[in-house]
Parts: sequence; structure tokens; C-alpha cells
Amino acid sequence: MVQDNGKEPTLALKLRVWRQRRGQPGAFEEHALPAVPTSASFLEMMDMLNEQLIAQGKDTFAFDHDCREGICGMCSMTINGMPHGPIPGVTTCQLHMRNFRDGETITVEPWRARAFPVLKDLAVDRSAFDKVIQSGGFITVRTGSAPEANNIPVPKPIADEAMDAAECIGCGACVASCKNGSAMLFVGAKINHLNILPQGQAERDRRTLAMVKTMDDAGFGNCTNYGECQAHCPKSITLDVIAKLNRDYLRARVKEFFSSTGKPSKGGD
Amino acid sequence: MTDYLAGEKSGSRPAQDAPEFQAVVKDVNARVAKLLSINGTKSPRYYHKALGKITWGQCGMARDKAGLEQAIRDLQALRDDFWKNVKVVGSGEALAPELERAGRVADFLDFGIMMCLDALTREESCGGHFRTEYQDAGEAQRDDAAFAHAAVWEWQGDGQLPARHIEPLVYEETQLSTRSYK
Ligand code: SF4
Ligand code: FES
Repeated sequence: MVQDNGKEPTLALKLRVWRQRRGQPGAFEEHALPAVPTSASFLEMMDMLNEQLIAQGKDTFAFDHDCREGICGMCSMTINGMPHGPIPGVTTCQLHMRNFRDGETITVEPWRARAFPVLKDLAVDRSAFDKVIQSGGFITVRTGSAPEANNIPVPKPIADEAMDAAECIGCGACVASCKNGSAMLFVGAKINHLNILPQGQAERDRRTLAMVKTMDDAGFGNCTNYGECQAHCPKSITLDVIAKLNRDYLRARVKEFFSSTGKPSKGGD
Repeated sequence: MTDYLAGEKSGSRPAQDAPEFQAVVKDVNARVAKLLSINGTKSPRYYHKALGKITWGQCGMARDKAGLEQAIRDLQALRDDFWKNVKVVGSGEALAPELERAGRVADFLDFGIMMCLDALTREESCGGHFRTEYQDAGEAQRDDAAFAHAAVWEWQGDGQLPARHIEPLVYEETQLSTRSYK
């Protein structure tokens, strides 16, 4: 790290970055950046690389990003083998270059998962997540004027638990970190967020069955409790959402079984 | 918007062979081809930053006539330079983030000019938009006689200045009053 009289320290970096065109095999390309400010975010470092490539008349690396403040879930890079990089609880956009060493070689790859095909370079198609959400990640209310917020009282512990689950930003790091390419942490977070709130009760079973079915159809793998997802989730969603998802799924299946044999199910749908 | 889209019946949208749709496709393709063909020396991000510097400096929280007129001249020159010297890598066939960025920056350049024009036209200080010429002992000085209206700007084509339309704000029961921050 070079630091001279009050000036911001910079890093000289070697980068191995994944280059791939849709439907074709990819490979690593090597590039060097001589002076990356330590206050730059990882994405700003990638911007610097892309500007350097434009100046050389070469194509830039495509990567997803939007808010750059850790809330939208768009940024998606596997950095030195870890989705969102080495620091727990942060997204790629909130990861700063001060966490790397001068002279270091950094390997940058896209999310690697069967259900997320590469669009170009570091950008992958995550519409499988959209399909899961469309199948049940909502509650049905009349649109138009906003309803009165205090009409339905929500007990504080339930509100807290739902808010914790709602922190999931749908980035897909859980899938990318999992050997099986399982989306259970994501689906578990979404199901928990809605299934424990009073507003989510009417569609609880239907939601659970539909989201799990869509998840399976989209080509995500099964959960075998490795726990990698929890370690790499930038929002620190914990494995207990998966246990609760399994519980809700079982409940919905049992009720579906009894209602399909002609016996009336009690309450719910 | 509220429930504007909820009432939309599926299948009620115009088809892709509608002449309006076809005209837009043609325009967009021509614009993409133009952006890719310039092959100049400066990246879209260079123009984005230069644009930001001008609007931040001259059309920020405090602005005045001379600064806004200068900003409009500078932005027109920057826009001309963009369409002559921008370098857009990638192709129109695959995902091309630089092409996307160039398209957005081209829009922002037009929009920046409109924004400065709007600020220049409003010869008053209103809320956080402080025209330094219009103040009363450091307080924002509104001019309701001339500016009690909502205004929109209409696109007049490439390189043309937009046209302004107004809708008067008519209050029947309440009186307009000025808030004091003192
Ligand atoms: S559970 Fe965590 S890692 Fe998975 S999508 Fe949500 S925020 Fe991303
Ligand atoms: S860019 Fe939005 S979370 Fe990283």
C-alpha cells in the first residue's frame, strides 16, 4: 500500500475476470489496475477497469448493479470464490477496496448456478427468482387508495420476525454459494415474511405450495444443510427460515391431502 | 397512478404491428446504430460526469440567471461534442451496458438543458429552489402573480429547445400564504 503525505492510499491490483458470451463457453481474462483508491467500492473498481478497457478500444465487462447502497439485490459477483466477497453481511456494492492488499490478485466470477444462466460476463439471468415471487410472494388486496395502516394490529414480536425475513433482497448469493444450487434460504425468507403476518394468512397454504413448486420447476437443487447460504447472505438471513419453510410446507401438504379426499379442511384455505 | 394499471384488461394493449410501435422501433434502431457508429474518443461516463459537474454547479440549490444561461450554453456544447466524439463499445445484438449508458446519458443531456431552462424561466425563489436574485433578507421570495401554475415542457425534436405549457393553480377556498422560517 502506497501512502504519501495525506494522500489517499492506492492499491496495484491484478484481476482475473470472467469473460463469457451467452450460450458460449467462457474463460478468465487478466488485467492490471495500477492505482485503485482504497475508498473505492468493488463496483467502482470495476468501473475503473471498464474505463481502462474503453480507452484501449476493448469491450467492457458486463455486470449487474443498481442502487449501489446494499438494498436492491442487483450486484452479484463471486469474489475470490465467495459470493459478495470476503466480508460477512455486505453486498458487492458495499464492499470496499480497503479490504484487499496491495499487489493482490483478485478473481471475479459470475454467480454459478444451473438456474442462473450467464447473460454476459458477470451478469446472470435471475428471472427464476421472479417466477418464484410471481407464484406466491404477495398478498391480495384491492389496489387504489392505501389502506389504513393500523386496521390490522400486528404483535411486535411477529412484526420483528417478519421484518427480519423481509430483509432478503433477492440477490441469489444463497444459490450461488450452495453446492446444490438450492434456493431454500431465499424462498424460506419470502415465505416467512408473509406467512407469519395476519395479512398473509388468507393465502398461506396456497402460497407455500405454489412457491415451492415453482422453485423446484426452475431447476434449483435441494437443501442438504451445508449452511453455505447463511454464511454468504449479505442480509444475514439465518437457516431457521428453512426449518420454518419445511414446517409450513408440511402443514399445507397435509391440509391439501385431507381436502382432496373430500374431508373439509378446518379454516385457512 | 394508484389503480390505473389494475383496471387494464389483458389483451387491450395495441399490437406490435401498430404503426406507432413500428415507428418507435425504427427510431430506436437508428439511434442505436448512430451511437455505435460514432466511434470517437470519450466514454459515455466521461460525458455523464461532465454533465453532472455543470448541473450541480449552476443548477443546484442556489442558482442565478447568468449561471443558468452559461449552463445551457455549456450543455449544448457538451451535447454536440457527445454526438461527435462518444465512444461506445459492444454491439446492438448482445447485452451492452455501455450502449445502455450512452442512451441514458444522451437523454440526460437533453433533460439537463430542459432543467436549466425551467430554472431560468422561473423568476422567483420557491421552496428549496433558490434563485439568488429573488430573496427578501435571505428568505426565498415567491412571485405568485407570475408563477402560480404547474408547468410541463414538451419535446420539440432533436436539437430543438422544448416548449413550455402551463396549467394555472386555482384556489377557491384557501388563500396562498408564505411560510416564514424565521
Ligand atoms: S436469502 Fe440472502 S443471499 Fe439469498 S437472496 Fe435473500 S438476501 Fe440474497
Ligand atoms: S447494487 Fe443494489 S444491492 Fe448492490
